[in-house]
Amino acid sequence: MKRAIYILLSNPLSILGLVLVGLVFFCAAFADFIAPYPEHAGAVINFAFANKPPSAEYLLGTDVVGRDLLSRIIYAYQVALGMGLVVLLIAPPIGVALGLIAGYIGGWTDFVLMRITDIFLSIPPLVLALAIMGVMEPTLINAMLAVTAMWWPWYARLVYNITRGEKVEGYVLAAEVIGASKAHIMFREILPNCFPAIVTKMTLDFGYVILIASSLSFLGLGVQAPTPDLGSMVSEGTRYLPDSWWMTVFPGLAIMIAVFGFNLVGDVLRDVLEPD
Amino acid sequence: MRPDLTLDIKNLRLSFRSWSGSTEVLHGIDLSVAPGERVALVGESGSGKSVTSRIVLGTMQDVRHARVSGQVTFEGTDLAKLASVERRALRGREISMIFQDPSSALNPVFRIGDLFHEVLKRRHPKISKGEARQRAAAILQDVSIADAERVLSSYSFQLSGGMNQRVMIAMALINEPRLLLADEPGTALDVTVQAQTLSLMRDLVEQKRTSVLFISHNLGVVREFADRIYVIYRGNIVEHGPTAAIFDAPQHPYTQALLSAIPRLTGGGVPDIEERSLSFNDPMISHGTDI
Amino acid sequence: MSILNRFLGRLLSSMIVLIGVSMLIFFIARIIPGDPARIALGPRATEEQVTQMRETLNLNEPIIVQYGLFMRDLARGDLGISLYSNRPVITDLAEYLPATLELVLFAGVMMVAFGLPLGALSARYRGQWPDSLIRVITLLTVSAPAFVWAVGLVLVFAYFTPLFPITGRISDAMTIPHVTGFLLIDTLAAGRFDGFLSAIHHLILPAFALSLSGIGQAARLTRANMITTYEQPAIEMAQAYGFSEARIANRFAFKPSLIPSLTIIGLDFAALLGNAFLVEVIFAWPGLSRYGVGVILQKDLNAIVGTVLIISATFLIANIIVDFLVSILNPRIRLSENRS
Repeated sequence: MKRAIYILLSNPLSILGLVLVGLVFFCAAFADFIAPYPEHAGAVINFAFANKPPSAEYLLGTDVVGRDLLSRIIYAYQVALGMGLVVLLIAPPIGVALGLIAGYIGGWTDFVLMRITDIFLSIPPLVLALAIMGVMEPTLINAMLAVTAMWWPWYARLVYNITRGEKVEGYVLAAEVIGASKAHIMFREILPNCFPAIVTKMTLDFGYVILIASSLSFLGLGVQAPTPDLGSMVSEGTRYLPDSWWMTVFPGLAIMIAVFGFNLVGDVLRDVLEPD
Repeated sequence: MRPDLTLDIKNLRLSFRSWSGSTEVLHGIDLSVAPGERVALVGESGSGKSVTSRIVLGTMQDVRHARVSGQVTFEGTDLAKLASVERRALRGREISMIFQDPSSALNPVFRIGDLFHEVLKRRHPKISKGEARQRAAAILQDVSIADAERVLSSYSFQLSGGMNQRVMIAMALINEPRLLLADEPGTALDVTVQAQTLSLMRDLVEQKRTSVLFISHNLGVVREFADRIYVIYRGNIVEHGPTAAIFDAPQHPYTQALLSAIPRLTGGGVPDIEERSLSFNDPMISHGTDI
Repeated sequence: MSILNRFLGRLLSSMIVLIGVSMLIFFIARIIPGDPARIALGPRATEEQVTQMRETLNLNEPIIVQYGLFMRDLARGDLGISLYSNRPVITDLAEYLPATLELVLFAGVMMVAFGLPLGALSARYRGQWPDSLIRVITLLTVSAPAFVWAVGLVLVFAYFTPLFPITGRISDAMTIPHVTGFLLIDTLAAGRFDGFLSAIHHLILPAFALSLSGIGQAARLTRANMITTYEQPAIEMAQAYGFSEARIANRFAFKPSLIPSLTIIGLDFAALLGNAFLVEVIFAWPGLSRYGVGVILQKDLNAIVGTVLIISATFLIANIIVDFLVSILNPRIRLSENRS
């Protein structure tokens, strides 16, 4: 653990990653205090200042109804991080439990669970989320459900593969010999060996959930107006290209900054936690 | 410096730099190999024998955190005075190497014949595929491979370990190198197969008068093979002399421990030295036959 | 023999998975949304119309029976009528699929053509500045969704410097007879080389936007696989034989790494198919994905089911093809019949 922190802090790229991630969390947590125009997070119409390029007053310009883009981006981070947190609180436990059970119990359980996983994995992730959103009402909660539904199989697959490898290791056989329960072996013996891979994947996935969520709302299937959302901001802005370029470029960059941050941290974390 | 020697190592030191300081792994080694001579460097893992072979090969000098000092002279040329590219030019032509596990050292996605072709191009850049195949087939006969054509058309994973070992010996010698480095050759193989391939290798280097530096952890294996033996312990040579002298009258406590650890019947496996003794650090013993 | 067995095995398991996909998507479409008939007709329809629609859609039958009827129709190539276009869904799919396939395949070629060499370069200079640079760039490319890349590329290469067209598949002035739906093929079949060039000209930006994150993924994967290969004795042997670093990278380390890389790149095809939804919207690309977005927004259930099924089938077929290529490349599989 100490070594992990040491390496994270000694690599310039991971420091950059931590700074970016920290910045995003900071924006989300203190949006009310740092956003120049907090009221612009809602359905404010301000036509007098509509469509203004970046200036001292509006650092990143204003949108088509005159709301400050910087303020909306800061609030959009709240939505994005909330999405990431919820999905990563629900999807990994489901996937991990199913992967452990399929990998350790084996037999028919393995066959049925992993074929179900395969079915989910053979629909391109974004397409599955889109299809689910297609039949449901486009709300934040439903978007979270749709993304969760496409996310758990990846954890099931990951943990399944590790479990299959660990199952034949000496320590598992030893626990079996002394009569430990299956639940004990799965969750107390094997699970801790999956943690490095799970933690790395969760860090990287935080960025990817933000990415997928923004893709859903870009297509109009995620968070609905007036809640600020990076994907829908880009989508609105594309109608005013190329003249009002700031409306698409800055929200786009905001997505990139957040995802890049998580990727940098996750990338270094992988080198540390999974040396092979 | 002795230009008449194939390899002459004087006061060789190697250290690795890291964030916690510098660690010395070789503390001033002297070693020499005369033309046509077969010399063994014996010690347990971590003693510094493998890094010595990498220095002679000239690859260790390119490792970023490694610092090599002392003199390594190959046929009168000081390796330290050569650029990295010039050292590389020696490899595969004048200096060649055999590895521990033949089956993994031979690249699994190339046919044996193609590998031979690549290796021959190191010496004869314009050699045709056909001619390369002919030469490879000829040298494979020298290592008692009867169906050379089949072997050349195979991938390493289609051949047995012993067969791969013969292929590797042939490959190492096909460009008529002056010096052959053999790093634990055949340790990954069955004991009987290892013995067979070693005797093949011995016949071939004798016939071609190739000098050999044989690196092993097992004194028993080098007994039949080497003219002279150096025993290395923790980065120091602790005893050296002709093979017979080392076996008949081992003087250094570490050599004695190594000898008593040779498994009696099969001769295979890694000898275990159960007890560490401070006497292993005693000064070097020379059997007075330094050339 | 062994490759054929492997191929047939993959085909069979893919069919089973595809049947699973059809169940999954059918149940999602039937269970989640409440009353599909109501959704199909919209809020202004009368109760009578809804009841009639329930009858036509067999919604009064048990769900299993409904699925059975759905599969029976599917076997006949009937996916129902699209409410979005008022045409059979299968007709719509047949019309829009080629444009998407052309885009995705072109992007796939770019992904391999740029991703693999970039990864190989990175691995060759591992730990040095070219490696760090490539790592940061590839990490950036996977850090933005395809629509952000699409917008960025359009801004820079279509609006600010008008090098490429902004929308469409081919110059409006050209009419190319429809044969396969693949413009790159149809133009050549019609002997219209100018049309072929125009189609390529229109393909480059969207395909590049689509492939950017794939390029990053492929490069990172190739780098990781090659670095694993670099630790193998076979590479030390190549170094011991004095081969140049370039030759070791391009030949001795690249080829063994290609096999695991390609397998995973086949899986990345899923990302291309998914992200096509984002890219087609921006470039007004008349493909399946843009159609898919339309039917999803219209809650056109028949068309949603059909679109998801055809995309999954495409993905599974792509993976079978990749697996086949990998088996041919990998001598261990290709020659496995000869092993005792």
